[in-house]
Amino acid sequence: MIGYLLEFSQALLALLLAPLLAGFVRWVKSRLQNRRGAPVWQPYFELAKLFGKDVVMSNNASWLFRVAPYIVFASTLAVTFLIPLIAAPLPFDNIGDLLVVVYLLLLGTFFLALAGLDPGTAFGGMGASREMTVAAIAEPTIALSIFSLALGAGSTNLGQIVIATLTNPGVALSPGHLLAFAAIFIVSLAETGRLPVDNPSTHLELTMIHEAMILEYSGRYLALIEWASWLKLTIFFSLLANLFVPWGLALTLTPAALAIAVATLILKLAILGMVVAMIETRIAKLRLFRVPELLGMSFVLALLAVTSSFLLK
Amino acid sequence: MQTLFLLMFSAYFLGALVALSGGRGNLGRGLVALAAVVGAGAGFALGASVLLSGAPFVLSIPQLLPLAGGLALRLDGLGAFFLIVIGLVGVSAAIYGFGYSAAYEDGRASLRMLGVMLNLFLLTMSLVTMADNVLTFLLMWEGMSLTSYFLVITESNEDAVRAGVWYAAMTHAGLALLLAAFVLLMNGGSGAFADLRAGAASLSVTTRNVIFLLAFLGFGSKAGIVPLHIWLPRAHPAAPSHVSALMSGVMIKMGIYGIVRVALDLLGGGPVWWGGIVLGVGAVSALLGVLYALMEHDLKRLLAYHSVENIGIILIGIGAGLIFHSYGLTTLAALGFIGGLYHTINHASFKGLLFLGAGSVLHATGTRNMEEMGGLIKKMPWTAFFFLIGSAAISALPPLNGFASEWLVFQSLLGGFNLPVPEVALIMPVAVGMLALTSGLAAACFVKAFGITFLALPRSHEAEHAHESPLSMRIGMGILALACIGLGLAPFVVVPILGGVLNGLGGLPDTRAAFTSNLSLQTPVAFGQMSSTLVMLGLLILLAVIPLVMWILRVNRKLRVSDTWGCGRVGQTSRMEYTATSFAEPLRRVFAELYRPTKEVTIDFHPDSKYFVQSIAYRSEVMPLFERLLYDPFLRLMQSAARQVRRLQTGSLHLYLVYVTVILILLLLAARWF
Amino acid sequence: MPALLQKIFKTGIVTEPLGPDDDEIIQLVRQVDEKSKRLLGRALAIREVDAGSCNGCEIEITGLTSPVYDSERFGIHFVASPRHADMLLVTGPVTRNMEIPLRKTYEATPDPKLVAAVGDCAQTCGVFKGSYAVAGSVDQFVPVDVFIPGCPPEPADILRGILAALDRMPKK
Repeated sequence: MIGYLLEFSQALLALLLAPLLAGFVRWVKSRLQNRRGAPVWQPYFELAKLFGKDVVMSNNASWLFRVAPYIVFASTLAVTFLIPLIAAPLPFDNIGDLLVVVYLLLLGTFFLALAGLDPGTAFGGMGASREMTVAAIAEPTIALSIFSLALGAGSTNLGQIVIATLTNPGVALSPGHLLAFAAIFIVSLAETGRLPVDNPSTHLELTMIHEAMILEYSGRYLALIEWASWLKLTIFFSLLANLFVPWGLALTLTPAALAIAVATLILKLAILGMVVAMIETRIAKLRLFRVPELLGMSFVLALLAVTSSFLLK
Repeated sequence: MQTLFLLMFSAYFLGALVALSGGRGNLGRGLVALAAVVGAGAGFALGASVLLSGAPFVLSIPQLLPLAGGLALRLDGLGAFFLIVIGLVGVSAAIYGFGYSAAYEDGRASLRMLGVMLNLFLLTMSLVTMADNVLTFLLMWEGMSLTSYFLVITESNEDAVRAGVWYAAMTHAGLALLLAAFVLLMNGGSGAFADLRAGAASLSVTTRNVIFLLAFLGFGSKAGIVPLHIWLPRAHPAAPSHVSALMSGVMIKMGIYGIVRVALDLLGGGPVWWGGIVLGVGAVSALLGVLYALMEHDLKRLLAYHSVENIGIILIGIGAGLIFHSYGLTTLAALGFIGGLYHTINHASFKGLLFLGAGSVLHATGTRNMEEMGGLIKKMPWTAFFFLIGSAAISALPPLNGFASEWLVFQSLLGGFNLPVPEVALIMPVAVGMLALTSGLAAACFVKAFGITFLALPRSHEAEHAHESPLSMRIGMGILALACIGLGLAPFVVVPILGGVLNGLGGLPDTRAAFTSNLSLQTPVAFGQMSSTLVMLGLLILLAVIPLVMWILRVNRKLRVSDTWGCGRVGQTSRMEYTATSFAEPLRRVFAELYRPTKEVTIDFHPDSKYFVQSIAYRSEVMPLFERLLYDPFLRLMQSAARQVRRLQTGSLHLYLVYVTVILILLLLAARWF
Repeated sequence: MPALLQKIFKTGIVTEPLGPDDDEIIQLVRQVDEKSKRLLGRALAIREVDAGSCNGCEIEITGLTSPVYDSERFGIHFVASPRHADMLLVTGPVTRNMEIPLRKTYEATPDPKLVAAVGDCAQTCGVFKGSYAVAGSVDQFVPVDVFIPGCPPEPADILRGILAALDRMPKK
């Protein structure tokens, strides 16, 4: 019983933290641009506003356009039940391992791309095409990083991976883990649409990847999709944080442990957010056809991670 | 079980007879379809009863063909599983075919031949799975190939005839290889599979290796491994759509059946490099298949290339299984085989569904070219919905069936770290990477296939006036869609059944309970656990809860339909949409080294001024790698050899008489001395 | 990277506080209803529409997102698609060619929405009044909520105008 309560509150926590994380990254970026910027909780206001707006829909779009935001949101929210955000192991560990997480996120991307094609705009098609290209090329890196983590832990089960690192702290500094961290970091930037792969705050349609698919969405649909994309960012950062630096996770379900877990999670997310904000300030967006080179580099890192895990076993 | 077999046999036979008399009109087509449905259904039931009871079904008629042991049938677990696959797709395709073949009433194709060959095709394929000696196996195999050849050339247009020639040539080349393999395996003894099994261990290592290679190439050419896949993208689009579904969904699986039967069952497994070759060829086929599929804009050719890809995935699972088997890690080996076999039935269901859907689109619009479609989701809602399920399944999206089997294949590859030899173990991560890239590219390809075909505005007159398919076609698709969902919902039911199929085969242990735990799948040493059933449940709950919460919180529910936002321009036409070629363009650039695309742009200028353009024609071609590297040189060699031999044919009767006399003398001398 | 960080920290926050509208140039056409004010008050998405302007106003509008004027601190951000927008910022006299696009942009924006007309041209057609290419001022085609006169108006005035429409104008 208490396990289900934990799962539910974990998902709720992720849902509530996601806009805060996005707002924090934006706030750091604006401070680095020497301006005051919007407050950190601005995304909450944006969501509230979007839920209050009407929806205007294209007359070419079909039922897929209306259903897609729910599928994207549901699949991303489903992932938050499966990842170790504040505690490990989780009662839902036997429902989904790391492979399930990756493919659930792919489910969301698939339907978002279809929704981009539905209204029949050129920009939507462009966004869908680019998004699927980036997602396809990022897949092998993710799979190999999962492999290297699973090698060390003896399981693709997320709870097991976390516990393996906790019981054997030295493995966190092993070349396999460090290389896998670098690989997953680059893939996170690609999958969540951050620089240098995609600029989240661009208005130039020809430079958009994720934004281009949602140009036709408005009102509550747009709110769901935006929230899902912030949730995806939270998920990737949490995976980076808790799989590689799991200290702080609650191993027992006492209030004190959980409080520490929440605090360390927020700290880790804040650190990652600052790093990403600094990268986004420093680096310019890559030309679209240079992105496969970047992802190819991350693939090589992941391959090296696996090889070193194998050889050093 | 005897009754089921007789029912199946007689249904197919009667169906062929009925079709022989004409097979036209609602009654004729209906009877043909009914016969096929009953036959396939009986086959399904026969397979199911063998699997459930655990006892094989045996039938032998040695008097039928006394030359090499007569007709011997034995349906064990492995054969029963493939018979179930045949039954599933057969029933759906037959029902679908009733509505689909109505288009042939105008004489475009011979309904008589279609009906006869369809029933005989299903019959011979079913008997292949039951064959228990070499004669029966090869006879039925050849029957399957012949009947499918006639089915390919049903619509006797030029494309179909050319495709038929390629198909016939390659399938008979494969038959020659199989013949050689079986002759070596028989080693002069009887052809009964039981004898082959017993005698295989005493064959020399070289012989076993040669047999394996010959069998792998022979069965592989039927399955469609790279580079022997050339006939697939030609033959499958040319055939009528329900035949394409059967060929792609079931017939190429007979190649898989053959490989598992010979390598695992009859030969009892072998050295590591057997599994290595299977794994390597599988990975390469998977990747190349999907890469070529991405560049296609003919919907059925795209699906045919995806069949190559999925056969590759199946072979990855089987190859991993063989590798583990050669090291004695039998539980992991079973996992690999289970993954491969699960993907077999999954692929049969979603590929069958996709081909039937493509057939519906072809039936409605008269074209297979994706660039001329669009907006069909509004004109053909059911077809679109079923095609969407098929697309999601083939992209391995949870919680459908494609994900369950790919998860199992991934887990078996991840088990590679248990291998004692690190050099061999390093193949596994490479295979993991290739498999992951394949599945990502497949998802991209099906966003394109579904999106361009069904979404947005119609791109041609035909697409604008498309209509929904008749009920029989929708039922056929619906059955397979339900299978996709069901197989995805209940992997904890399918995996134990597959464990039972593999139990004892080639020394594999009983893994019926090894990989499941309540509603989830688990892999040895608790490497991974997954329950797509509960994932499906969770997703459905969330999909219900989210709108409910939004309703409770009184979120704004107003919706206004307006023009598509086109940056303020006046109208929207289908010319402003993305096309299939443009969708795949980023990937074409990324993989340009493989594709070597050529680009040809022809611009017609206005005669008075070159600043006004009248029309632009863009033509881009992808280099057909295997034709150019392998087949063209080979064909040129054959043709030059044939030209040399033709010198013997001078047309002079006197010279021919001299040839006859010389050969006669030589034969007499030879008979004398040997 | 370190040199960049050093420069950033040395420069510090350069955003200037927004004072009240001393010259009283902002013209609020109608009082925005309570519902819109409450909904859009804290997070406003703006889509800028150039209905034939000389781009003088555009240059001032781009100054809005600069560190000095920083519209984002009020929760205002610019978006690419009118479907995402809450307010249309229209500049220029509406030329004949831009009449239909302007209307379509307005239709494409979901309710509740606001329109702010920036510059003299948007209010009275400015120096282009009477030209054969001009169809009329902005309020002849879409209902305007606030006029921000000037040729071009200062970014601070544009900001005050937008805030006036939300009833968040800084008080004296």
